[in-house]
Amino acid sequence: MNYYEPKDLADFPNIAEWAADQGNKFFDYYGAATGAGKLTEREKSLIALTVAMTQNCPYCIDAYTTKCMSLGISSEEMMEAAHVGAAMMAGVTLAHTTQMRKIIKKKEM
Amino acid sequence: MEAREQLRILDRIEGGSSFAGKIREIHKFPLTAKGIDILQINMGRLCNLTCRHCHVEAGPHRTEIMERPVLAKCLEILHAFPISTIDITGGAPEMNPHLEWFITEATRLNRRLIVRSNLTLLFEEPYRHFMDVFTRNKVEIVTSLPDHLASKSDRQRGAGVFRKVIAAMRELNTRGYGMPGTGLCIDIVHNPVGAYLPGPQAALSHEYRERLLAEQGIRFNQLFCLTNLPIGRYLEYLIESDNFEDYMSALCHSFNPAAVDNVMCLTTLSVGWNGSLYDCDFNQMLGLTVNHGAPDNIMDFDIEKLRNREIVIKNHCYGCVAGSGSSCQGATTGV
Repeated sequence: MNYYEPKDLADFPNIAEWAADQGNKFFDYYGAATGAGKLTEREKSLIALTVAMTQNCPYCIDAYTTKCMSLGISSEEMMEAAHVGAAMMAGVTLAHTTQMRKIIKKKEM
Repeated sequence: MEAREQLRILDRIEGGSSFAGKIREIHKFPLTAKGIDILQINMGRLCNLTCRHCHVEAGPHRTEIMERPVLAKCLEILHAFPISTIDITGGAPEMNPHLEWFITEATRLNRRLIVRSNLTLLFEEPYRHFMDVFTRNKVEIVTSLPDHLASKSDRQRGAGVFRKVIAAMRELNTRGYGMPGTGLCIDIVHNPVGAYLPGPQAALSHEYRERLLAEQGIRFNQLFCLTNLPIGRYLEYLIESDNFEDYMSALCHSFNPAAVDNVMCLTTLSVGWNGSLYDCDFNQMLGLTVNHGAPDNIMDFDIEKLRNREIVIKNHCYGCVAGSGSSCQGATTGV
C-alpha cells in the first residue's frame, strides 16, 4: 500500500462520508465554482490544473490533466499554464524575501 | 486481434460489474430496440488509411467488400419500409465500386443520406468524381477530425492526413458544404487522441468552430463527439500503453443511466459487408450478430422480428453510455 494510490481518485465522490452535510455542501460549491460561468470550463480547468500542480496534489493533477485533454486543451497550453504557476510560486517565494530582508536590515549592525 | 480474443479481454473487468449487470441494476434489462430509424451500411473494410484508433481495423490490405446483391437488398428494404436515415460507412466507402450507383439509387428514396468519408481520396484518381457525386446528390458528409491541431490529429491517423482533410473541406465549402441555406451538410467527428473520454460536445464544437475558421478558413455544420470504444486497434493501443484497466475504470465510473435510454442501437440496424446484421458497427467488428430470434442476415430481413429485437450487449457497451453518451450522431444527452 502506498500513501497515494491512483485508484483512490475514484474515492473522491465518497469524501462526504461521516460528515454528509458539510461534504454535500462542499460538492455543491465545488460544482458551482468549477463549472462554466463568466469564465469557460476550459479556462477554469486550466486554473484548476495549475493550482493542483503548485499544491502538489496528485489526484487533482491526474483528474485535471485528463479533463483538460478531454476539453481539447493542447499540451502546449497546459505547459504554459504550468509556467504561470511556476512563476507565481517563484514570485511568491521572492516576494517573501521582503520580510527576510527587513529582519536582516533591522538586526544586523 | 481476433474478435474472440477481444471479447475474452473485455469480459474481465476488475472491481466493476459487467455491463449487463449494470443494466439489470437500473432495471432496464433487457435492452430492446424501439424500431429501425437508421440503416447503417458498412460497405467494406478496405481503406486507404490505417488509423491507430480504428475499431474496424480497416486498411489497404483488407479485402472485405460489400457486393451488389447485398446493396440491392438494402435498397429493396429501404423502399419497403420508412427507415428515415441511410448511413454509409466503411472502411473508405469510396473504395467500394458500387458506391456511386448506390448513392444514385438511394437519393431517389428521399431519405437522409449520410456517407462517412475520410475525404483524403477526393483529390485522387479514380475517386475524384465523388466530390461531384456527393454534391449532386446532396449527400450529408461525416468526416473524422480527431483534433483541430494537425500534429495531434496526424498522430492518430497518419502523417499528412490532416492537411488532406482540410484541403478537401475547403473545396467542399466552396461547393456550398457547411454554408447556411445550401442544404449541403458536412459534419465532423471528434474522438480523443489517447486514453481519455471526450469533453462536452458543445464546448468542443465551439472550440473547433473558432479554431478551424481562424486557422484554416473552413466551416462545418455539426461536431459529433465519439467515445473510443475499447475494441479493434484502439483496444490494442490501450493494452500496449498500459491504459486498458484505467480506461475501462473511467468508462464504468462515468456510467450515465440517462444515456441508456438514447443509446443508438435502439434505433439502428447495422449491415455488414456480407449481409450479416448487427445492433451497431461495434458489435459488427466483434462478430456479435443480432440474436434472440431475429434473423442475422439481410437476405432474411423480417421487420417485425428486428424492430423489437433484444440488443446484444457486452462490456464494450459502457463506451456508449459514459458521460454525455456517445453514438455515430455524437453525444446522446445534455447537448
